Amino acid sequence: MKATTGSHTGTGTWLLQRATAVVLALALPVLTLYFLAAMPADFVGWQALFAPLWLRLLMLLAAGALALHAWVGVRDIFMDYVHPTGLRLALYLAVIAVLSGSVAWLAAVLWGVT
Amino acid sequence: MAKRPVYLNLLRIHLPVTGWVSILHRVSGALLFLGMPFGVWGLSISLSSAAGFRHMTECVAYPLARLFLLFLIWAFAHHLFAGLRHLALDVHLGVDLQQARQSSVAVLLAAGLVTLLAAWELLA
Repeated sequence: MKATTGSHTGTGTWLLQRATAVVLALALPVLTLYFLAAMPADFVGWQALFAPLWLRLLMLLAAGALALHAWVGVRDIFMDYVHPTGLRLALYLAVIAVLSGSVAWLAAVLWGVT
Repeated sequence: MAKRPVYLNLLRIHLPVTGWVSILHRVSGALLFLGMPFGVWGLSISLSSAAGFRHMTECVAYPLARLFLLFLIWAFAHHLFAGLRHLALDVHLGVDLQQARQSSVAVLLAAGLVTLLAAWELLA
C-alpha cells in the first residue's frame, strides 16, 4: 500500500503545481493577446471570437490547468492557516466544488449548452 | 511542550523585498482563485444574448468595476512574474542573495508596469 505520510508525499503535488504553471504561463499570454487584438468588439464579433475549436480547447485546457494549480495553492494556504481538521476538510470540499464547478460551467458556456 | 515566545506584531515585522514578492505571490494567487468563478459568470452573461453582452459592457464601464479589474490585472501580472521567478529558482537560476533581490525588484517593477499600462487603457 502506498504510504500516505512522510517527507516525500509532497513531491507529486509540487510537480503538479509546476507543470500546470508552465501550461498557464504559455496559454494565458496567447489567450490574452488573441482577445486584446480583437478589441473592441460588438456582440456578434464577441461571439465569433469563441467560434474556433482550437480557441475553445485552449481555454478549456487552461481552465483545467488553472483549477489543478489553484487547488495546490489554496490547499497550501489552508494547511498553513486553518488548523482544525474538520474546518479544513470543509474548506477543501468548498474549494473543490468551486474549481470543478467553474471548469464545468466554462465548458457548458463555450459549447453553448447554457 | 514548553510555551515558546511568539512575536507576531505585524506592524513591526520588516520583510525584505524577497519576502514581499513571496507574500504578494500568495495574496495575488488567492485573489485570482476567488475571481475565477466570477470570470466564468461574466463570460456566460456576455455570451448569452445581445442584452447580456450590453449589460456586461455597462457593468465594466463603472469606475469602481474598472478599479477592481485593474486590481485583478495587477494580481495576474504579479502572480505570473513571481511564478516565472520561482520556476527559475527551481532550476537553480538566480539563487544567490544578490540576484534573488534583484529579480524580486524586477518582479515588482514588471507587475507595476503592466498595471500602469492597463490603468492607462482602463481609466484614462
